[in-house]
Amino acid sequence: MLAVIDYGAGNLYSVCNTLDYLNIPHTVTADAEALEQASGLILPGVGAFADAMAKLGQAKLVEPIRQQASQKPLLGICLGMQLLFETGYEFGTTPGLGLIPGTVERIQAPGLKIPHMGWNDVTLRRPCPLTKGIPTGSYFYFVHSFCANTPPEFVSFDTEYGQQIPALVTDGRLVFGAQFHPEKSAAVGLQLLRNFWEFTRERSGGTC
Amino acid sequence: MLAKRIIPCLDVRDGKVVKGVNFVGIKEVGDPVECAMEYDRQGADEITFLDINASHEGRGTMLQVVKETARHVFVPLTVGGGIRTLEDYRSLLRAGADKVSVNSSATKNPELVKAAADQFGSQCVVVAIDAKRQPDGSWHVVINGGRLDTGLDAVQWAQKMARYGAGELLLTSMDADGTREGFDLPLLDAVCGAVDIPVIASGGCGSLDHFSEVFEKTGADAALAASLFHSRELTVTQVKEHLASRHIPVRH
Repeated sequence: MLAVIDYGAGNLYSVCNTLDYLNIPHTVTADAEALEQASGLILPGVGAFADAMAKLGQAKLVEPIRQQASQKPLLGICLGMQLLFETGYEFGTTPGLGLIPGTVERIQAPGLKIPHMGWNDVTLRRPCPLTKGIPTGSYFYFVHSFCANTPPEFVSFDTEYGQQIPALVTDGRLVFGAQFHPEKSAAVGLQLLRNFWEFTRERSGGTC
Repeated sequence: MLAKRIIPCLDVRDGKVVKGVNFVGIKEVGDPVECAMEYDRQGADEITFLDINASHEGRGTMLQVVKETARHVFVPLTVGGGIRTLEDYRSLLRAGADKVSVNSSATKNPELVKAAADQFGSQCVVVAIDAKRQPDGSWHVVINGGRLDTGLDAVQWAQKMARYGAGELLLTSMDADGTREGFDLPLLDAVCGAVDIPVIASGGCGSLDHFSEVFEKTGADAALAASLFHSRELTVTQVKEHLASRHIPVRH
């Protein structure tokens, strides 16, 4: 069972629709205990970094997420991916969850439109359990104005939009983050979510 | 590289797809969920539903159509037609729409665009502009299917909507719409040059070359078409193959 974390800053419907379609059991929750019981976590997010961290704080979820992320797979999506890093610079300086080294900064793409919105192709930099079956050149759907700045060893996929933008990141263990929206990225997006579920099942010994 | 998007538009009335030429002579062509799934299979980058009777009735029907589509189609879904309030926005987003497009209600109440962008984020706020050429060479914003001239200058209106937080503009030329003689390049040029948000070109395409032309000659980020795809004269796949052969980046 996956727990989709509901902290009031995400469009959860699309993520849940996609999990339904893939027959992946899931529950939508803001309850720390439910996170403990789940075999994997999904952290969605739409909006601004500071606001989302404040909402996670109000829901008393910051510590539970950090704790659970050392024991079970966690996938952050879009803003949820950005929250995995140490510091965000959207509307001031805000500490993030600090699960992956790096910061979140405005995209530097002179002459290009911001937000970076639409389908962009990714390049495979470091294979990870989530990249299985998804080759370089696959297109994912992006909508964002800020992006991660993180050392190359944490980047699985990147994409280009005026600069190199980390598209899929991982701490190399249990924490993953997708800057794009897998739930809106047609077949390759479904593949990535299926990969996350497979990885979660393997980790829990197939009992979830 | 960011791909140029191809967006089939489905005009929906009473839960059925229809397409009128120049907004008159509407005839039914099918089930919107089935159509959306077919376009998804063809490689559509987004799907747009336009609720053409939302001003009168059938809003509940449309929510059901959106809900059902969002369960089967995993590309962005835009819904427009008859949206007047933040509550309309909320219910469509909850039903599974990713973007909500406003047209005449924005001209009557521009603050709606600002409020929706604040509350739900610019990424889901699309402002649809129907523009009609004037004798002096400028374009006016028209509403009610082109029947009413608002007197607003279309380029200035586009800039204002971008300032108010619109995430994207859906620009339809009322002069080109239904003609199948190609997109309105001068209009697109004028608007794309005036704003720094994405612009979707709409109205007038009738052939493969019209798609490559609009991307080669204007700053448009996406092209939208309805009857060309419904009538099965062209598939999205054919359009993308054509664009790729002209070295225009597309998702494949």
